Amino acid sequence: MQRCFTPQGRSVRILFEDQPVEAQPGDSVAAALLCADVVWTRSTPVSGAHRAPFCMMGACFDCLVEIDGVPNRQACMVEVKEGMRVRRQQGDAFGELS
Amino acid sequence: MTLYDVAIVGAGPAGMAAAIEAAKVGLATTVLDEAAQPGGQIYRGIETACEARLAVLGKAYRDGATLVRAFRGSGVDYRPGTTVWHIEDADPGFVLYASTSGGSVALGARFLVVASGALERPTPMPGWTLPGVMTAGAIQILIKASGALPRDLVLVGSGPLLYLLGAQMVAAGRPPRALVTTVPPSRYLTAARYYTPLSRAAHAYLIKGIGLLSRLALARVPIHSNARGIRILGNDSVTGLRFFSGGRDREIDTNMVALHQGVVPNQQIGRLLRCDYLWHAGQHAFAPEVDRFGETSRVGVFIAGDGAGISGAVSAKLSGRLAAWRIAQHLGRTAPDPGPALAALRRDRAVRPLLETLYAPSPEVLDPSDETIVCRCEEVTAGAVRKTVHDGAVGPNQVKSFLRTGMGPCQGRMCGLAVSRIITVAAGGDPGEIGYFRIRPPLKPLSLNELAELELTDAVE
Repeated sequence: MQRCFTPQGRSVRILFEDQPVEAQPGDSVAAALLCADVVWTRSTPVSGAHRAPFCMMGACFDCLVEIDGVPNRQACMVEVKEGMRVRRQQGDAFGELS
Repeated sequence: MTLYDVAIVGAGPAGMAAAIEAAKVGLATTVLDEAAQPGGQIYRGIETACEARLAVLGKAYRDGATLVRAFRGSGVDYRPGTTVWHIEDADPGFVLYASTSGGSVALGARFLVVASGALERPTPMPGWTLPGVMTAGAIQILIKASGALPRDLVLVGSGPLLYLLGAQMVAAGRPPRALVTTVPPSRYLTAARYYTPLSRAAHAYLIKGIGLLSRLALARVPIHSNARGIRILGNDSVTGLRFFSGGRDREIDTNMVALHQGVVPNQQIGRLLRCDYLWHAGQHAFAPEVDRFGETSRVGVFIAGDGAGISGAVSAKLSGRLAAWRIAQHLGRTAPDPGPALAALRRDRAVRPLLETLYAPSPEVLDPSDETIVCRCEEVTAGAVRKTVHDGAVGPNQVKSFLRTGMGPCQGRMCGLAVSRIITVAAGGDPGEIGYFRIRPPLKPLSLNELAELELTDAVE
């Protein structure tokens, strides 16, 4: 994923898995991660398969991530904020699977 | 608790048009929308788009700015970043429960306009859950909201949006790697009989379509038509696409695929409210039973825009207005004569039978192969659904109890139509009778904390 237009305004820095990611103001967390060429953003609770943002409009829930310690956030529905800490949501994060 | 005359859910073309008219006739109006800015998916990002982005996205997108400005100036109580998760009956009207950044709120309204639009039709096919696969609508959202485009995208499927997106990518200087359509050439002939030269609106849509195709051809984007046996390849993420087209097997290396098989009404709120839904054979989807003004089988509940049946943005605006005027009448206000808007709505919708026939979804995604995952959340295959039907499950809700299809976080948004269709084919029968998942609150997952705090606030009040 690549930006096609001159960025507007100052970029916003978030952390994904402790690594800095440059985002544009108004980006959703999902868009920022895709633009940083992050391939997968969660693993599923059933098989552990990797998933990434799919619908970008809040319907599919495949972009669930942990934001500032809160799990189950829809990355496509949350706007980036300076210093936001984002982590992959691991499917078995709640210990439901052995 | 505040009591509004009308609560509108969704700030796309239908919701904004309804709000503007409701405000004009003096109704106390609130608009609840999930997004941070008005516009819906079609006009997403319109208030912040730079000139270059507007040029790429085209005139139909740019025109949305006028509506958004009028909406901003209408003086209605607009609540962005607000997700409705339940609506229940009250006296009078309804209570809406919605999640905001500051916790959940409860609002009362005498009338409801559900303008929650469309969703992409579920497109189950082998490999569609791999990272690197997105919907065509998702790619458009990336362009509109973030000015971002993939480098190496293969567009797969059927429908006007696929051509529009391809043409926009050409305009942005990033043409798609290839366009793989599932439309057989014979469809053009079948569809032609729905062409009515008397309908100027239909004519304008067709001219626009031909323009999009010629832009793709001029940019030398390879177009493979009538593709069958489509498989998205890769283990942990997409590496390519395999399909049969033009008499032979083909393979394209790519790490990004965008799928599209048209859009379908978003049913979540209408179903939650137990509005009657009918099977719309032309659109291969369920649509609510509504009168000319969008009022459903539930008194006081209106559905406007694509949620009432796919008709596009022009019709959505008209249906939003009509709903607001009808509500004004019910509340004893004077509303404009609906005649001209009703006539314009008929004219604009005249193109639909042609588009629905030409871009009917591929049989492969309607009734996918056994190994294909249909429920993305719970990773349930089409074969598992078929087996459950053969074992005696009688409908979508029993399949749901046995297999958890539709019980994951998306609550059936991604699998509902596919599951209903697979059951219909496997069991035989009428899709309208087979029906759909029963939709229950909360419409979107909610933390127990948020729920508990809401009850506390209510008790204090």
